[in-house]
Amino acid sequence: MKATTLEAHADGRGNALLRFAAPQAFFPLAGKMIPWFAALAVVFAVGGLYVSFFVAPTDFQQGESYRVIFIHVPAAWMSMFLYVVMAAWAAFGLILNTRLSGMMASAIAPTGALFTFIALWTGALWGKPTWGTWWVWDARLTSELILLFLYLGFIALTTAIDDPRRAERAGAVLAIVGVINVPIIYFSVKWWNTLHQGASVSLTKAPSMAATMLAGMFLMALAAWMYSFAAALWRVRSIILERERDALWVRERGGGA
Amino acid sequence: MNWGSLENFLAMGGYGLYVWGSYGVTLLCIAVELWALARRSRRAQPEQRA
Repeated sequence: MKATTLEAHADGRGNALLRFAAPQAFFPLAGKMIPWFAALAVVFAVGGLYVSFFVAPTDFQQGESYRVIFIHVPAAWMSMFLYVVMAAWAAFGLILNTRLSGMMASAIAPTGALFTFIALWTGALWGKPTWGTWWVWDARLTSELILLFLYLGFIALTTAIDDPRRAERAGAVLAIVGVINVPIIYFSVKWWNTLHQGASVSLTKAPSMAATMLAGMFLMALAAWMYSFAAALWRVRSIILERERDALWVRERGGGA
Repeated sequence: MNWGSLENFLAMGGYGLYVWGSYGVTLLCIAVELWALARRSRRAQPEQRA
């Protein structure tokens, strides 16, 4: 009996993709992807570091201290990007009530917090020789610090509440409210024009940087991106096992009855 | 970009502390996160019953 179009559609491609919304189905898929992302991260990092130190020239103004840019900028980009992705997953979880979405948000938060800390730390170490200070209450630095507190707040909130589903809902509200901070960080250098310099790389105009310096920065950004995928997917697998501990498919994995 | 010698490379034009302080802490952060991920993954595995 020929399947009706509805059934055909149900078994069609769209459905195949939705199958991975179930943690049990996503678990092996994530497992297969992690090694690829990890390998890509290593390749881009090695290439990026080579370009950063052995291809990119000395800066006529800052000498060698500018080489911190090859970590500082990718980390800052990732800190903002990961927050938006985290908030998106949290929003999906809140709206669609899908378990895996909330798990993905919780899986991204620590890595996002890490990149925010790295951006702040490398920024301070770059600021000391060039600005003469580790820290200044500049618009960009302050809003990035707030981003770190938002990440830590999300992590603290979601771990403090015992019931995972309630924890995710509470975390989602915080994440979504915090998203407004990301454009503030991005445009802070323009709006308040305090100490931190403006964007050398932007979507609207050509970058005002030497090509090799740019290449080093992009390679390191790709490395950070691939690393974030690998770390988040690895963490989400652990979260899935923790949450589905008493599910049959998890117990069977352990050879249990 | 030819550094000439390892000493020059480590000195990093006099900015060694700042550059290697940045790269070192970043490497440390990544290592700590990978260690934490591995530990969490081990703990999350269902008990291996014989």
